[in-house]
Parts: sequence; structure tokens; C-alpha cells
Amino acid sequence: MPKTDSLQGSLDLLVLKILSRRPHLHGYAIMSAIKDMSGDVLRAEEGSLYPALHRMEEAKWIRAKWTTNENGRRARIYELTATGEKQLETEESRWNAVTSAIQQVLRTV
Amino acid sequence: MSLWSRLSNVFRGGDLNRDIDEELEFHIAEAVAQGRDPGEARRALGSPLRHREASRDIRMMAWLDSLRADAIFGWRQLKKRKATSAAAIISLAVAIGACTSAFRLIDAMLLRPLPVAGAERMYVAAREGFGPSGNLRVSESWEYPLFRRMRAAVKDSAEMIAISYADRTDLTFGSDEEMEKANRQFVSGWMFRAFGLRPAAGRLLTEDDDRTPGAHPYAVISHDYWTRRFGRASNVVGRSFRMGNDVYEVVGVVAKGFTGTEPGTFIDVFVPTMMNAYVGRSDASWFRALAILKPGVTAEPLRAKLHGISRAFQEEQARGWTGISKRFRERILNQKLVLAPAESGVSGTQTAYRRPLIVLGVLVTLVLLIACANVANLMTAQATARSREMALRVSIGAGRQRLIQMVLVESAWLGLLGAAGGYIFAAWAAPFLVGRINGPDNPARVTLPLDWRVAAFSLALALGVTCLFGLATAFRVSSVRPASAIKGGDQPHAPRRLMHALIAIQVAFCFIVYFTAGLFVATLDRIANQSTGFSSERLLVLETTARTGQPPQVWDQVLDHLRSVPGVESVALAGWPLLGGNGWNGFVWINGVPTEVLAYYLGVSPGWTETMGIRLLDGRDLRQGEVYPNVAIVNEAFARQCLGGGNPIGRWFAKKAGDGATEDRFQVVGLVGNARYRNMREPITPTAYVPFHSLDAKGEWRPKTSGTFIVRTANMNPAALATLLRGEVSRARPELRVSNLRTQEEVNQQHTVRERLLAMLGLFFAMAALLLSGTGLYGVLAYSVVQRRRELGIRIAIGASAGDIAHRVTAGVLAMVAVGTVAGVAMGMASAQYIDALLYQVKPTGLGAIALPAATVLLATFAAALPAVYQAIRIDPATMLRAE
Repeated sequence: MPKTDSLQGSLDLLVLKILSRRPHLHGYAIMSAIKDMSGDVLRAEEGSLYPALHRMEEAKWIRAKWTTNENGRRARIYELTATGEKQLETEESRWNAVTSAIQQVLRTV
Repeated sequence: MSLWSRLSNVFRGGDLNRDIDEELEFHIAEAVAQGRDPGEARRALGSPLRHREASRDIRMMAWLDSLRADAIFGWRQLKKRKATSAAAIISLAVAIGACTSAFRLIDAMLLRPLPVAGAERMYVAAREGFGPSGNLRVSESWEYPLFRRMRAAVKDSAEMIAISYADRTDLTFGSDEEMEKANRQFVSGWMFRAFGLRPAAGRLLTEDDDRTPGAHPYAVISHDYWTRRFGRASNVVGRSFRMGNDVYEVVGVVAKGFTGTEPGTFIDVFVPTMMNAYVGRSDASWFRALAILKPGVTAEPLRAKLHGISRAFQEEQARGWTGISKRFRERILNQKLVLAPAESGVSGTQTAYRRPLIVLGVLVTLVLLIACANVANLMTAQATARSREMALRVSIGAGRQRLIQMVLVESAWLGLLGAAGGYIFAAWAAPFLVGRINGPDNPARVTLPLDWRVAAFSLALALGVTCLFGLATAFRVSSVRPASAIKGGDQPHAPRRLMHALIAIQVAFCFIVYFTAGLFVATLDRIANQSTGFSSERLLVLETTARTGQPPQVWDQVLDHLRSVPGVESVALAGWPLLGGNGWNGFVWINGVPTEVLAYYLGVSPGWTETMGIRLLDGRDLRQGEVYPNVAIVNEAFARQCLGGGNPIGRWFAKKAGDGATEDRFQVVGLVGNARYRNMREPITPTAYVPFHSLDAKGEWRPKTSGTFIVRTANMNPAALATLLRGEVSRARPELRVSNLRTQEEVNQQHTVRERLLAMLGLFFAMAALLLSGTGLYGVLAYSVVQRRRELGIRIAIGASAGDIAHRVTAGVLAMVAVGTVAGVAMGMASAQYIDALLYQVKPTGLGAIALPAATVLLATFAAALPAVYQAIRIDPATMLRAE
């Protein structure tokens, strides 16, 4: 499997955005959502997802709780907090600023 | 909550691990449910262990977690070596406990601010000048008329408060038979307001209670006295008591916490200054003057202003002085007024114990350092023994920092446990020591709360000592080189060098402690065995008071009655006991000219010299019927300093009476040996013994309200007669009552309380220091013998003699002991100057003062070295080599 480094630095943004649209997802579902929504282009490296989730949880952007799914397994699901929403806004505007800057460079050169 | 959750996660590490694992497991299960291959899914996720570590580090404080792990590991290490750990903890506990006790005493006596408003702006006024014998003297006593002027003059910048010296006095809430003792202070009525104090019951004294001399018989009692004496009964307000000739009414109780302004004494009863008999006198100084500066006022301009007023007052007074020489007059007038900060109060106990307490603090610190050196050596030895374990840790990736942390945490266990033990030790030791200050009938009392200051001090001490003995070991351990350590050939001499340096330090400190203790013991010995000039054995002292002045026949009647009591050998009457603290002095006039000699006087009955066992050298004793003035017996010092040293019998001298005008003339009828009047330290004062009974200028008897019967008993144990004699005095004349009954020995011992305390504590610390250094030395030697077993075994195998082996084992250490002793002598000499004031007739630089402790330390060294040497000589090469 080719490494997808394009997520570098934007994993937080993607996770926050997905959780803002569809709260109460567990880790695997978040990963799948990134894959599906990006049309299979972006792929979160499974190994870095959980530390990222735990870090965001400690930063209180998201909060987690345990639920039991239809198969009777305990799943840890995440949702956005108020702080997380604000964080999403900043991350989004930062991302937009960066991409538009890059676009500009690509156009002018 | 983030900090808190990370903190709390540290202590639920197990749960956290399970949570993380479960979440990861769920991930795999979900992947499999989506149709992925379990193996591939696991590979994609990566090592669960790594995830767990990464997530753990995010979700909890990694350093705290490792600290927790180290704490548990350290605790196990300590438990593994119970005996050595216990020894280390106990020695630390004793040393930290001693330090904490010393801190508590120093804090209570010298540092803690009084619990009053504006304590930080409080100053005490004193006059600094040269005393009669030409030495620099600071007097804190003031005259009330001068105080009144000073207060009025500085009203805008400071509030002045008069507070008399605390004295233990007789008072009764009932009949005269129920007299009891209480600590009394005359205070300015406005003191309570100025200090911002509130009543716990009734009201406090005010300025209106302190206006007219003799007109305000009101008293405020302390909360402590209220509790102790009345069990906090509410009806105490309004009760009356008699003290001297005045009946006072208790108007209130001051709120808890205020125990007067004299650290070392708890005041029971506060009465207005106006009730003091000397309040109108310009020639009596009897109280301290405190000044609370208004905020923003500086001390110096205030001091200058007060100085001007004081000087002007004394110049006015000087016009009336006739009894003193011109030089002496100049000395008095040139006194300088000083203002000293009095945030923590002022007292004689404070002055007397300031230096002893600091010396004590230094001694206990040295003992603590010795104990630390011991523990450091112990830890180094153990760390070396664990060098393979450390090497393994480094090999599998432990960082230098983690190893240092691990050793420090282990040290912290020792330090904290030691401090906890020390805190408990200090809880008991500090009050014990305070109880030993002053005499048994009036022990010093200070507020000694076990509060945050003490706890913080203990904790700081624990952390301090942890760093002291932990850091060196930790750095040594962390610099371990795995390759060489695992091969077993780690640099063998390095740890021993550190240990040897510590031994030298221990010996030096041990010497200083022993040296200082030796000086204190020698001082006590000199003072206690100092000749008093009289014989104290079998002597009882009955201080007796009368409600109103009694004529001579009353006193004589009791005297005669006591003589008839069985078991009494002889009885005499005096104004007060020698060395009892009272004094009466005046300049001696010869042929109408004042001399510069300040002589002491004491009224005595005929037979007093004989009862006291003072030798009559020439002339005769006083006779029955002789009255004051007219005749006197003088001591040798008097004869030499006032009468030129020739035969004094028949010579005349005079002293000015209290009013400064009339002259009392005396003819010397007898010469007696020198006896101590005031204290055990000063040179013997010129003293004249004059008749107890006296006639005034009009030829009438002066009635006396107090006197002291001196009884020599036939029985070796004078205290056995105490109760009987107390009753006999009142039986002979009900007007008289014994207010204080002591043996003369007890009176004498009051003068050596400080010396005894210092000698006792000094010896205790010297013992502790010696024991600690001894065990430390033993430990180091025993360790080095074990370390060098192989080398020593080979030496023995190829024929080394026992002497050679002993030399090899001890040479390094003995050199260190020698270095330590020399350093100790040097430091002892340097510090001797500071403690000189506490010594008496003892030369710190004398050969005896140095040789004895040095010999003791060396002897202890040898004793500690013997077992290790014996062990080394007994090494059996065959066994040892086979074991290798």
C-alpha cells in the first residue's frame, strides 16, 4: 500500500470536519469516512489515527464515550465539543488560506 | 479538567491500558467485519504496544507516570533492605527532628511576629551608653514622666506604649491563705486598642483606665490564664483579686493568641501603668517603651526626636544628682537613644537565648549533614552493588535522566520518611526543651504551633537532604558505562573516592560538634563549681510577705519561733536571698565625697553570716538591737575597693538615701569573706550587710512588707521541712505568709539553667554525631573490604602480613580522618569567637579544649575501623579464590 503523506497536518481538520457533520462515529468509521468522502484519494494511516484522536480528546476538541453496538461490542465513539467547533473554524480558514496561496503560486509561475 | 484527567489517569494506568486495547481491538473487529483480512488489518494498524505507549503518553503525564513507577520501585528497594533502610531513616529522623525542633524554638523566640496589628512597624526604644564599670550597656528601662513627654511629642508619627517587665507576683482571689502566683504586666491602657486586640469576654483596658495614679484598679486577664485558672467561666468578669495592697477588678479577657510582648513568658494579668507605685517618679525606670510607627513613617527622624527629649529630660534630672561623680554624670548624659525593631516582641529570655539558639541550630545542622553523608555513603555502596542492573537499564535504552530520577526518587523516600519521623520527634522535643528554660517553678512558655511553617520547614529539609545525599549518587549511577560494568570491571576506585571525601567531612563536623559541646560542658563545670562564698547545703529560703508593713517585733517573733522548730539548726532574716535576683545598690561616699564604686547592700539580722556559712574575717557580727543605718559588715571586695584595703574595722562610709538628699552613715564593725550576691558570672561586687530593721529620719520604725527567713536544717534533705516551716511562719504571726519556698541550691541553679541546657543538648548532639560518624566509617570500611576481597585474598595468598593488610584497608580512610580532624580544628577555632560570650573561664583555644574532642574522635575512628580490619585479615584466600 502506497504511503499517503498528503494527510500530513490536515488529519485534525478532516477528523473535526467529519465529526461536525456526522457526530458519534468510532475510529474505524472516521477512517472509512475520510476514505469514502475523498473518493478514495485520501487515506488516514491507521497507525496515526488513534494517537491523533486521543490528542484531540486531551485538547478537548472532541469528547469520547463508550457505547455498545448491535453486535454487543463496546465501541468508543467521538463527537465535537464547543471548543472543537471553534478549532474547526480556525483550521478551516487556515487551510483555505494555505491552499489559495499555493494556488496563487501555481498560477503565477 | 485536562490537567486533572491526565493527573488522575496516572493512577488508573491499568484501566487506561484496557481502554486503549479495547478500542484498538474494536478497530480490528470492524475491519474484519468490512471484509478485510485480520492479519492485514493488524499490520496496517501497527504494533498495539506502540499505540498504547503513544496514546498513554498523550492521555497522562508521562513524567508523573514514571515518577509513580519509580516511587513503587524505590519503595520495594527500601523494603528489600529493611535493616539498612531503617537505620538510614532513623538517623535522618533524629537529625531532621532536632533541626525542626531548633527551628520551632528559633521561630517562636526570635522570628514569629507578635499577633498584633502593626507588629512589623513596632520598635523598642533603648538607651545605649557606658555602664558603671565602663562596658557598653543597653538599657530598655524608662521613667514614666519622660515617657509621657516622649509620647506627646511624637503623637503624629507613632504611638508609644509603656509595658513593664513581666514579673511573677502574688495575688489572691479569696483570702490571704489562698495566695497564688501569676505573671503580671503593667501596660498602657491604650495598648489593647493600638494592638487591635478584641476581648473574649468583658472589655479591655482603654486610655481612660490609665489617667490618674492609683485610681484605676482594673485588670484584664489573658485567654490562657482564663482557661487554665478559671476553666473559661463566664463569671470571671467582675471578680476581684488582691495584689499587694490594691484590690483589682477583672474587667475582661483578651482574645486568644495574645500572651504579652515577651517571648518566653505568658502574661496572666494586665493592669494599667497608673497602678504602679513608681509611675510618678522621675528617678525610677521600670518599663519598656514600644513605639508603633504610623504607616510611611521612617524610624530615624523619630529616633532623633525622641533622643532630644530624653537628653533634655536627663539634663534636668542631672541638676538634682549629688551622689555621683562628674565622669559618671557625663556617661549618663551621653547615652544615645536607639530604636530597635521589635516585630517579634522583646524579652530577657529572647536576649539570653538568641545566641544559644543559633549555636544550637548550627550544631543540629552539622549533625544532619553527618547523617546525610552517612546515607549518601550507604546509597553509593548500594548503587555500586547495583551497577550491573543499571548497566542493563542503559543497554535497553534508559536515558541518563531516567536513571537520575530513579535514584533521586529512592532518596526522596528516605528523606520524606525521615522528615515525617522528624516532625513527630520535634512535636515532642520542642516543648520539652522550652520546659527546661528558666527554673522549674516558673518555666518559660512560648507559643509553639505545629503549623504550615513547621510543616513547610520539615518538607524543605526533606527535599534538601534528598538532594544532598541523592544527587552525587544519582550522577555517579547515571554515568555508568554498560560495557565495562557488565564485564564486571567497572572503575573500582571512583565510588570510594567520594566516600572518603564524605568521611573527611563527617569527621570535621563531628569534631566541631564535640568541641563545642566540650566547651559548654566545661563552662557548666566552672560555673556550677564556682565558689559562692557561702554554704548552700541544708539551706532553705522562705520568702515571706505581709499584707501591710510589719514592725520589727513581728519579724523577730517569727524568727524566734522558727528557731524552736525541731530539725532546725539555725535561722536568720534577710531582705532577700543571695543570688535570688533582687538587688539594692548605691554609690559609696567616703568623708562626704562620692567614689565611683557602686556597692550592693543587703539588710540582714544578727547571725545571718553564721547561718549562711560566710566566714567572719575580722571584727564582729551585727548585734541584737542594732538598727539601720549606723553599722555595717562589709566584704573583702568592699574593703579593698572602697576603703583602700587596710583594716576596715571602725571606718565610716555613707550612701545617699532613696530621696537623694539624706545621707545614711555606717561604721564598719566586721569584715567577712566575699560571697556572690547577684550572679555567678560577674566579679564579686563590693557588698555591705546592714541591719534588717531600720529607723527613718524621724526615728520611727520602718514597717516591712517582705523579708526572707534563711533556715539551715539539721537534716541533709532540707525540703523535708518545707511544709512544716511554711505553716509555722503563719502560726507564729498570722500577718506573715510564705510566698515562695525554695532550697538555696534551687536558687543557685537558676543562674546555670542556660549553661545546663547547652551542656545537656551539646552532649546529646555530640553523642549523636559520634555515633553517626562511627557507623558511617564502619560502613565505608566494611564496604571497601568486600569490594577488595579479591585483591586482599591474593595479597594474603602471596604472603602479606596482617599488619600490611590492616594498613592497606585503613590507610586511605585514616588519611581522611586526619584531614577531617585538622579541618574541624580550624573551623572550631574560627567559630569559637562567636560562642565566646556563652562561655565562662574556658579558653576555646586551650590545648584541653582541642585535645579531648580530637582524641575522642580518633578513638571512635579506631573503634569503628576494627571490625572491618578484622574481617580483612580473616579473609581465607582459598575460599575466596574458589568463589571467584
